[in-house]
Amino acid sequence: MIDLVTLAVLKGRLEQIADEMDATLFRSAFNPIIAEAHDASHGLYDAVTGETLVQGKSGLPIFVGAMAFAVKAVIEKAAKDGDLADGDIYIFNDPYDGGTHLSDFKLVRPYYRDGKLYCYLASVGHWHDVGGNVPGNYNPEATESFQEGMLIPPVKVYVKGEFRQDIVDILQANSRQPISLYGDFNGQINALDLGIRRLTALLDEYGADTVTEALGELKSRAAQLMRSNISELPDGTYTCDDWLDNDGIVDEPLKIALDLTIQGDHMTLDFSRTSDACAGPVNIALSTAVASVYVAIKHVFTEVPANSGVLEPIDIIIPENTMLAVKAPKPVGGYTETILRIIDVVFGAVAQAAPERSNGCAYGTINALSLAGHRVDGRRWVMFSFFGGGHGGHPEGDGLNHGNAPISTATIPPIEILESAYPMFFTQWALRPDSGGPGKNRGGLGAIYEIELLEENADVFLFGERGRYAPPGVVGGGSGALNKFTYEQDDGYKVPPMASKMVGIKIKKGQHVHLETPGGGGYGQALQRDPLAVARDFQLGYVSRDGAARDYAVALNDDGSVNTPKTEQLRQGAAQ
Amino acid sequence: MSTSSDKAAKKYIVGVDVGGTFTDVFFLDEATGECDVAKVPSTRPDQSVGFIEGIRKKVDDFSELATVVHGTTVGTNALLERKGAVTGIITTKGFRDALEMRRRDRPQTWGLWGQFEPVVPRDRRLEVGERTLADGTIHEAVDADEVKAAANQLLELGAESVCIVFINSYANADNENAALAAVREVWPNDHIVTSSEILPEIREFERTSTATLNAYLQPPIGNYLHRLETALGDDGFEGQVLIVQSNGGVMSVDTARRLPIRTALSGPAAGVIASAHIAVAAGFPNVITCDMGGTSFDVSLVAEGQSALSAQTNIDFGMVVRTPMIEITTIGAGGGSIAWVDRGGLLQIGPESAGSNPGPVCYGQGNDRPTVTDANVVLGRINADRPIGGKLDRLDVEAAKKAIMVHVGEPLDLDVMQAAEAVIRVANSKMAGAIRLVSIERGHNPNEFAGMPFGGGGALHAGALMKDVGLKNALVPRFPGVTSALGCTIADMRHDFVQTLNGVLGDLNVTQLDSQMTGLAGKGLNLLEEAGVSFGGIDTVFELDMSYMGQTHTVDVALPIIYEGGATGVSEEDIREAFEARYRQVYGRPLDGIAIRVLNLRVSVIGRRPKFDLSLLAPKGDASLESSHLGTRQVWVDGAWHEANIYERLPLPVGTIIPGPALLEQPDTTIFIEPDLTGLVDDFGNIVISRKPEA
Repeated sequence: MIDLVTLAVLKGRLEQIADEMDATLFRSAFNPIIAEAHDASHGLYDAVTGETLVQGKSGLPIFVGAMAFAVKAVIEKAAKDGDLADGDIYIFNDPYDGGTHLSDFKLVRPYYRDGKLYCYLASVGHWHDVGGNVPGNYNPEATESFQEGMLIPPVKVYVKGEFRQDIVDILQANSRQPISLYGDFNGQINALDLGIRRLTALLDEYGADTVTEALGELKSRAAQLMRSNISELPDGTYTCDDWLDNDGIVDEPLKIALDLTIQGDHMTLDFSRTSDACAGPVNIALSTAVASVYVAIKHVFTEVPANSGVLEPIDIIIPENTMLAVKAPKPVGGYTETILRIIDVVFGAVAQAAPERSNGCAYGTINALSLAGHRVDGRRWVMFSFFGGGHGGHPEGDGLNHGNAPISTATIPPIEILESAYPMFFTQWALRPDSGGPGKNRGGLGAIYEIELLEENADVFLFGERGRYAPPGVVGGGSGALNKFTYEQDDGYKVPPMASKMVGIKIKKGQHVHLETPGGGGYGQALQRDPLAVARDFQLGYVSRDGAARDYAVALNDDGSVNTPKTEQLRQGAAQ
Repeated sequence: MSTSSDKAAKKYIVGVDVGGTFTDVFFLDEATGECDVAKVPSTRPDQSVGFIEGIRKKVDDFSELATVVHGTTVGTNALLERKGAVTGIITTKGFRDALEMRRRDRPQTWGLWGQFEPVVPRDRRLEVGERTLADGTIHEAVDADEVKAAANQLLELGAESVCIVFINSYANADNENAALAAVREVWPNDHIVTSSEILPEIREFERTSTATLNAYLQPPIGNYLHRLETALGDDGFEGQVLIVQSNGGVMSVDTARRLPIRTALSGPAAGVIASAHIAVAAGFPNVITCDMGGTSFDVSLVAEGQSALSAQTNIDFGMVVRTPMIEITTIGAGGGSIAWVDRGGLLQIGPESAGSNPGPVCYGQGNDRPTVTDANVVLGRINADRPIGGKLDRLDVEAAKKAIMVHVGEPLDLDVMQAAEAVIRVANSKMAGAIRLVSIERGHNPNEFAGMPFGGGGALHAGALMKDVGLKNALVPRFPGVTSALGCTIADMRHDFVQTLNGVLGDLNVTQLDSQMTGLAGKGLNLLEEAGVSFGGIDTVFELDMSYMGQTHTVDVALPIIYEGGATGVSEEDIREAFEARYRQVYGRPLDGIAIRVLNLRVSVIGRRPKFDLSLLAPKGDASLESSHLGTRQVWVDGAWHEANIYERLPLPVGTIIPGPALLEQPDTTIFIEPDLTGLVDDFGNIVISRKPEA
């Protein structure tokens, strides 16, 4: 058996290979979604099953898990064709097989050692534009994936080390951003090359048998760690339901429902009661759903490693009819909103089983907002960004104000960079008072963003959620504020009929669009919050005077200090 | 240094590094070329007390001091402990939360339990009506009365310093300057900062954070420097005081008072500068410096004698400082890092640390969880009867053994020696990971680098790290514990400037660029002149941050200009060629037919200070390997006991070869030469560790 010290050393070395692949792509990528937002991931995968062996720590959290399905898709394709060879590299973006959405291109490369297939290396990155009806591929009105972009099944872009330019020609011809696409593709190839070099050096140093044994051992230890985590939760079934506003096509709410059962050291997540597949693009593929469960689990049990062992003691039940396991060509472009909701229901269920390990839900929508138009000289411009919101209150304190989405580690571009690049400017970029869910530990605040147009005309697109169902609190905590989007017309501000989804809104020079994002859910009962903490929230403008009375039953004097007799009265009344 | 006759009595250049535990002083007598060192406990809260005591250890008459160069942690501590001044912000209407909203991030990838407390709370961030657009157009002028009212409100709230930061002020600072004039009319002191003065660079959060932290540090750093100058002056000091900046250069006290944010990494930067200088002299232009402290392990890369600078540093989550700083990568593995077995049965080191109080188990101060230092004691690598630092008489080996057995040995089914060695192996592997991060991951070949430990702890691990990463050698300087103080005495004077241009090559007005370049260079040259220091030479370096249109990451492009006053002679063609060459170097192939963007101009003005001859440090006297032999000790390596020779390190003469296994002891560190390694005392008194030739 491998000695435990060598195992600990190899664990670090293997993780470093994947991390270094991530870093290589981030530095050389051409598009900001990879370069700045780190919407990419790399890892090593099992030669037979495609299961995750090791994955980088700096890539997009949602890919931890999804990539195993992508590699499995290649394994099945290669088995069918029977022509897998050293030096091959497969490329594809089929979301129904490999997870997520069409924008994510996966490159999968078999690694041979002494003439035998040893494992796979894979790279995934979000490309800037892959065709479809809407630049950037966030089309809230898509009813088929054909409107979202090109779909490429697993094909070889390298055959036995020989590059096939014709494949890349096809890809470039189908993108509005062919140069960016080529740059990102090359960055991913470089990352795979580097991974091969580093892995070869490691195998030379320690021997393939030792590394293989270490990989197996790391998997079984991850499973053991996960089992030990689960056993600490009390047995029982914990139910949590949450809702999406609508699918962008039909204005009806969609239910994401979870029954989480703990039995000893085993956990079952049953999503059977979830809504059926829908017309619009908030469906997701089964692989995406599994990957998002993985993200939620890792946010709760932060120390579990990124390998397939973690899912061993976990069963996930997702019937084929639900919106969480759709097949082609059901649209999946807005997958981010749905997986955020999956993460929310996992938090909600865990909070019932183990309040001390949970937190209020985060703001729960990425708010993909774009403004597009033409300049006086005819040049096209598209400003596209995701916006932030509050994180949930948690056992150690209030939620983080203005954080990023749990599925991503992306930062937001500076206002000044956006203003220097596009004919618009911000009139507000501020925290949103009273948006944090009330609680013993308050939810973090969402934000207010307001933009004024400097050119004559522009079209506005928004893909968001939580306009009708606010981010819930846990353990008695209240909800954060709803997402709120308004746009200015000649006769005043309007609200989109679908709340937070709309295509092609026309605005004129001097008119504004105004977005207020949700705060996080609260943790624990608001009546248990220290009145002095409420007074401080008022002093800082996080909570209004009315909010203090309404949400916390705290009465404030004119100078902002706590009126203790009145507060006691209010709290007694509220408690009854 | 100085040639004027009235300063003939001023013979010492003194470097003072005030760390968390000790204040180290390095003395160089310019007349005789002799060096000396002193070490005294640091004093808190007033570091200037220990500072003066340290110098007085060797010099009584302060009129003999020509120059005192200081690496300080006053700024670092004030930032980390949030003990700066009560500060206010006056900003553009609609944007008072820019500081608190950051760039929409979170502290950890996994887990959503983050929190952030900005150094200026929301009620001291006030807004005024004004707006500048991205092209520099004033969309709305600022109203002086509104600004004065805001300033008065901040004073009522107890603010001692104030930062004025307006959106797009990098493109046009008129509104900020008008606001500055208005605030000056009512503000009772000089602690007024504008963002365009501190950092006229695009990116509002980074500029706001940097400028605000500067305002936050002005009062405490100003007070500290005042106390220091007064205390020195009381003892007859008439020379120059210089402060080490985070970029590894020094600045005058006046500049430090105005730009205290530049001291954020003052202490560690001096250590890296010294290491680079020692290494180059010793024939190792490529080194990776390793500073192993109680809770952390800091590494920094020096390639071709140049230390890497990073444009931006996160002092803490959300606490961003955007000024050039020596690039230091930190991981949580130090002597006090705790070893534990996770629930999956894997041995882990840190990030939890016992620090220096209670410290490792062997200190006997109440901690019962084993640390890296405990493992070193059990393995015989640390002399339990002669602890470093002098605070304790001896170390409790049995307690360390017991802790290792309970927390590591039993869970992993290892005996105590195996368990102790496992702790060291995993700790070494973690530290090796940090070294790989700054070397292999940046495209450097480790076989061309030497590892260079400084500080107290690193020299025990240097040999193992060298083997683990595949470094060519390890190089242990003669006085690892006072490296930073030594670095103070040799650091150059350096001033960095930035100005955002945000233009497209081709449309860029080259005449205007030339005047911006000479303007910033002139500012730097004036600062050098005002400091009253003589230089061996002055270098002016011009760089542009450039990219292809559409890319967000820029490359730093050094312009091939030798500046000697007058016009720079910069041309569009030079810029294009320099960009393409740099792009090829960084990414491979340059791209034809895509417009090229010029984002920022960076200018560095460097006054070269004379360096002293490091061979002055070399051991003198007639000691030998035999006469320095202190005895032997059993040391556990690779699963077996080895009998290691113990030597007094400092007297070992130049040219001595020390075969492993050996332990070299000196007051501030212990060096371990493993059985398969050998040490050599070089011409400067450094120990060069190499692999033994294959038998």
